[in-house]
Amino acid sequence: MTRTILGLLAAVALAATPATAQTYPSRPIVMIVPFAAGGPTDVIARIVGEHMSRTLGQQIVVENVAGAGGTTGITRGAQATPDGYTIMMGHMGTHGAAPALYPRLRYDPTKDFAPIGLAAGTPILIVARKNFPPKTLQEFVAYVKANAAKINQAHAGVGSVSHTTCTMLDHQLAIKPTQVAYRGTGPALNDLVGGQVDFMCDQIVNLVEQVKAGAIKAYAIATPVRSPALPDLPTTTEAGLPDYQVSAWNAVFAPKGTPGEIVAKLNDALSKALSDAATRKRLLDLGGVIPEGKERTPEYLGDFVKSEVARWTPILKAAGAVAN
Amino acid sequence: MEDLFGNLALGFATALSVQNLLLCFVGCLVGTLIGVLPGVGPIATIAMLLPLTFKVDPTGALIMLAGIYYGAQYGGSTTAILVNIPGEATSVVTVLDGHQMARQGRAGIALGIAAIGSFIAGTVATFVIAALGLPLTRLALLFGPAEYFSLMAMGLAFAVVLARGSVLKAIAMIVVGLLLSTVGTDLETGEERLTFGLDDLSDGVDFAVLAMGIFGFAEILRNLDSPESRDVVGTAIGRLLPSRDDLRRAIFPILRGTGLGAALGILPGNGAVLGPFAAYSLEKKIARDPSRFGRGAIEGIAGPEAANNAGAQTAFIPLLTLGIPPNAVMALMVGAMTIHGIIPGPQVMTKNPALFWGMVASMWIGNLMLLVINLPLIGLWVRLLKVPYRLMFPAILLFCCIGIYSINNNPSDVLFAAFFGLAGYALIKLGYEPAPLLLGYVLGRLMEEKLRQALVLSRGSFLTFVERPVSAGLLLVAVVVLVAAVMPAIRRRREEAFQE
Repeated sequence: MTRTILGLLAAVALAATPATAQTYPSRPIVMIVPFAAGGPTDVIARIVGEHMSRTLGQQIVVENVAGAGGTTGITRGAQATPDGYTIMMGHMGTHGAAPALYPRLRYDPTKDFAPIGLAAGTPILIVARKNFPPKTLQEFVAYVKANAAKINQAHAGVGSVSHTTCTMLDHQLAIKPTQVAYRGTGPALNDLVGGQVDFMCDQIVNLVEQVKAGAIKAYAIATPVRSPALPDLPTTTEAGLPDYQVSAWNAVFAPKGTPGEIVAKLNDALSKALSDAATRKRLLDLGGVIPEGKERTPEYLGDFVKSEVARWTPILKAAGAVAN
Repeated sequence: MEDLFGNLALGFATALSVQNLLLCFVGCLVGTLIGVLPGVGPIATIAMLLPLTFKVDPTGALIMLAGIYYGAQYGGSTTAILVNIPGEATSVVTVLDGHQMARQGRAGIALGIAAIGSFIAGTVATFVIAALGLPLTRLALLFGPAEYFSLMAMGLAFAVVLARGSVLKAIAMIVVGLLLSTVGTDLETGEERLTFGLDDLSDGVDFAVLAMGIFGFAEILRNLDSPESRDVVGTAIGRLLPSRDDLRRAIFPILRGTGLGAALGILPGNGAVLGPFAAYSLEKKIARDPSRFGRGAIEGIAGPEAANNAGAQTAFIPLLTLGIPPNAVMALMVGAMTIHGIIPGPQVMTKNPALFWGMVASMWIGNLMLLVINLPLIGLWVRLLKVPYRLMFPAILLFCCIGIYSINNNPSDVLFAAFFGLAGYALIKLGYEPAPLLLGYVLGRLMEEKLRQALVLSRGSFLTFVERPVSAGLLLVAVVVLVAAVMPAIRRRREEAFQE
């Protein structure tokens, strides 16, 4: 009996021994997605993860741990054993806006992670109900400034992409429209299509088909270049609001202390996925923007997270947006 | 009209291919099984099976995932009837009379009526989607926050009608349910409310956690507490399938339930949850002898089950015609479509007619399959009831725990369910019913959200609820229903007073 127990303990100990970088990965890898299954970050994680699995020779299993604007899942990921078997898909919200939004945040986006690399991001569109008077972005800016008291802006809840990115727009235009909070993008979009609210900002993937069908109107895309998904839509630079550059980026992180060789292997697999023609097509179909060249390195991601935290914190603090 | 037939022909041609038939069958079977497992819901299952669909074409993948969803609605009623555990918000009402029927040895009939009612509802709803999908969508868009709030208020009025015993106790339970729904992060300000500083409460209490605890765990405690009268159906099982007389009594409730469920299912923001509650209240109101309800009335299963399935089906309308998901399962379907490179939107119907009509046709085929899968299974389920309770309850507990954990992959959810189990046990002992509490909880969240949105949009004017005609109409119905429910109670008290 005792011997069996000892044997079991030994087996457990053996299994728990950190895998060496040479044999990594020898079992499936868990990728924590801090949002519900089906959303843009989840879809991107699954598309990229599928190709990464092929390169690594082990399955990447997506585990959705939603809650508190994504910080629940990232907190769990940050506290996981740094052996490369738990990685996570971080996001503009969890690694950029969260320090300003959540005063009790239990991780530091700039210190508690081993960055792997940027995955695809989705650009932000400025959209309005289809019968909203302004026709161009210039007219839109003039109109919302003149009628700020009457305007209703929808968003998907404090801390959501639609909330933070539109708060940035309000900040740049120095307007304070009435913000109407919804529980998720679906209900917000529903009321925008139904004409109950005036405008919102959100990721292209959530809006592209509604724009194409004319159910809502789009003013501009907040990226330097136009998107192949909506080639007729001007960029904010072209339309006269060059400072409004924002996209909901997604990036793969491992917990701090993950060995360098493992980070390199994961980064290589991620980069191969982003270079694969079929994977690229699927990401581009979503309106996704794919990082290229040096943007794919872990170092770039590390610096990028620092710049994002520095960019979001003053804007959100000024707007008084706090999600506990 | 010709268009409709042409489109349906295209749909059936797509759905009847060998691959799609097989996928539809697999979806329905998996759906039935997970529906039967208490706690394991369609969301967790679809999320888990999503990677498997990478290999098939999008139409086949969606047919399978949709099958899981409505299959789970069928299966969900099985646990509600047999072991008094509603797996989904929509099967809470089935518990009321379904489990009573099971205790009277009529489990087979209850399951049979649920399956037949669901099939009829599914058939009707499929044709509603095919014929009226587009116009109905436009109608649903008229529903703004104010209308939605009034609809929820009407739902709460129904909850009072639901109650078996004291109206006062029912109202108390609804209020507790409303309060529970306010736990978590405030939507507008981001402040945490009633979380006692616990991070695990920052997103509120999950419905399944509450339902498992307050119905499932509490029921087990109650059964263990009095082993003599424990709540397992005795050896007399009776007929397995409904008799002609049962069918005759159920057919009109089924049709009424179908209508109500289909109409509510189209509404954005998960109107489908209201369907079964509304159907139950309606049946109880128009019944010649309302006191039979809650004691095993067949109409109390037929109406709500039909409403449940019709609503589950018509909930696809906003997704397929607008590309806007009305509930969490539909949001997951959006994800599934997106992964396959089809971003759902108003143009899916014209750009991917084979996908759209194939899915519509597969729903009817799936409903037929579910009937074929479920009717023979009834014998098996009923025989399960003969398993001694000392073997049954650990299995039920185990499956509940697995199911609860699978919702958010969060162990603290299981602890919360245990807590609600104790609370539910206390409520049973004190004679409070859990059903109104759950309805209050389900409606509370949406109601608060819509109330605040409506008030923000009207800049604080409550008149918005009566100025908008649809909203005013709904509020009027709520008042009428409430008065009708409370009046007999007041009258009775007066009579009692006179007798003294």
